[in-house]
Amino acid sequence: MKRIASLVSAAVVVTAALMVLLCLDDTTLRDHSHTGRDAVTQSVVSASSESNPDTPSAPEQASSVPSRHAVLIRRPEGPPLIELAAADPQGRSGKVACSTCHSVRKPNFQTRSAAALDEFHQGLTFNHGTLTCYACHNPDHSDALRLADGSKVEYRDVMTLCSQCHAAQATSFQHGAHGGMNGFWDLSRGPQRKNNCIDCHDPHEPRFPKMVVGFKPRDRFSEAGKEHDDHE
Amino acid sequence: MTTTNDSSPTGDGSQVDGSQGDRSLPVLQHSSRRTAVKGAFATLGAAAFVAAVSPLRQAAKQTTAAEFMQTHYKRLTDEDKRQVIERLEAEVKQEHGVDVDIADDRPIPGTKFVYAINLSVCNGNGKCVEACHKENNHDRATNQSYIRVLEMPKGTMDMEHGNTTYSGVVPKDDKFYLPVQCQQCDEPPCVDVCPVKATWKEEDGIVVVDYNWCIGCRYCEAACPYHARRFNWKQAEVPADEINPDQSYLSNRLRPVGVVEKCTYCLHRTRRGKLPACLEACPTGARVFGNILDPDSNIRWILENKRVYILKEELGTKPAFFYYFD
Repeated sequence: MKRIASLVSAAVVVTAALMVLLCLDDTTLRDHSHTGRDAVTQSVVSASSESNPDTPSAPEQASSVPSRHAVLIRRPEGPPLIELAAADPQGRSGKVACSTCHSVRKPNFQTRSAAALDEFHQGLTFNHGTLTCYACHNPDHSDALRLADGSKVEYRDVMTLCSQCHAAQATSFQHGAHGGMNGFWDLSRGPQRKNNCIDCHDPHEPRFPKMVVGFKPRDRFSEAGKEHDDHE
Repeated sequence: MTTTNDSSPTGDGSQVDGSQGDRSLPVLQHSSRRTAVKGAFATLGAAAFVAAVSPLRQAAKQTTAAEFMQTHYKRLTDEDKRQVIERLEAEVKQEHGVDVDIADDRPIPGTKFVYAINLSVCNGNGKCVEACHKENNHDRATNQSYIRVLEMPKGTMDMEHGNTTYSGVVPKDDKFYLPVQCQQCDEPPCVDVCPVKATWKEEDGIVVVDYNWCIGCRYCEAACPYHARRFNWKQAEVPADEINPDQSYLSNRLRPVGVVEKCTYCLHRTRRGKLPACLEACPTGARVFGNILDPDSNIRWILENKRVYILKEELGTKPAFFYYFD
């Protein structure tokens, strides 16, 4: 029995030696990786400590050279133009400015929705509080808007108008917390583009529209009840 | 032997039997327990050898010699990286016929990336999921993506109550929507459990994977409390004309089969100063991204002025990903 025991142990040793030999390449790689990792981490630490004096100089360069790109906010192109539904007596059709009609019409300051009108603007959905049309539209300059104090503001500066009431959103917008953005987060490398209020919100019906989900991952978490067959 | 014995003439049968037995099976002549045990262990040894070698044989089938010999990303010299990237680009060219540009984007000194999502605004439309899918060259058949949007009942932040299979018109009145992707934790459990250190956290906070060092054990996938990691069960299938050629070694290059992948905050974009793809795709403007070390950044203003939450705070993972309400 003693012989058998020694034989067994000898065989185990031989097998182990065989496996070690086989895996030698791999094992050495792994060992190196661990020591190498430590070395790399150290070098990274030393590199960052070395580059510390450089880091403050970078913003200085940025401030001395005005290389910061702008945050570009999209603006409306100008006063809206209304598409004519029918042709005029001369047979012409096309787009007309608001002032085409409104310069010769007396404003009604009571109107709150298109339903109260007997012609034009029919079908315009209005759902923006209890505002009257002339709360925002300018009765004296119909191709412009007006602020609450009565002063004129151009359509291109519509955000000034919205911000009168929606100050919290305006503040958030200034700090990127409302309205989204595109382009660069790092303005020293490139510009950033942002939408204005009416790109996303219809001023007459400002609630953000409902959307339909178009894209769904088909992974095992979202296949309810279906057996996942991608295991091999 | 028995057949020989039967066919041979009687009389010298025993003699023939004995002499033939000696010649044909000499090993058994002095058979003892010792030789039997020796033989048994020799067989065992040979079997162990074959078993030990078989992974190497498999590896040889699937990988080139250069790929097999490639070392850990952190140990690659600049020259090594150049060669590795050249090889990877050539492989893509050969397999897909597409010229891709694989860069080695390193962290920008003085940056720590942080993400925030406005849950008051997010409506669960899933455009971010789709943008991630395209940007990161995910498998088209499975619509794979690093982002999962959970439809949540109002009044809880418990992910277990979320549902990812919602569809149709959103948002629904009694729900809110919680997009979940890698939180780039400051104490990442996924990094701790990796047995080969194929995943690690970089200086700008992004947790990355060396797809060529990952052994596919999936420990990290199990360790992540946010279900943020994905395993490549098969080679991702992307039509050649849809492959995003702006790639990075640690980010959206085409991943090999059998490795784990994850959101990298689009480091192939963000380390070049650009915004992540999911943010640019968001039609509601719910997503904000930036450098938390910059005191004038948008993200800092949000963290200082909004009601900010983190997911599964009690686990101590310290996410670099925040959710806020207006």
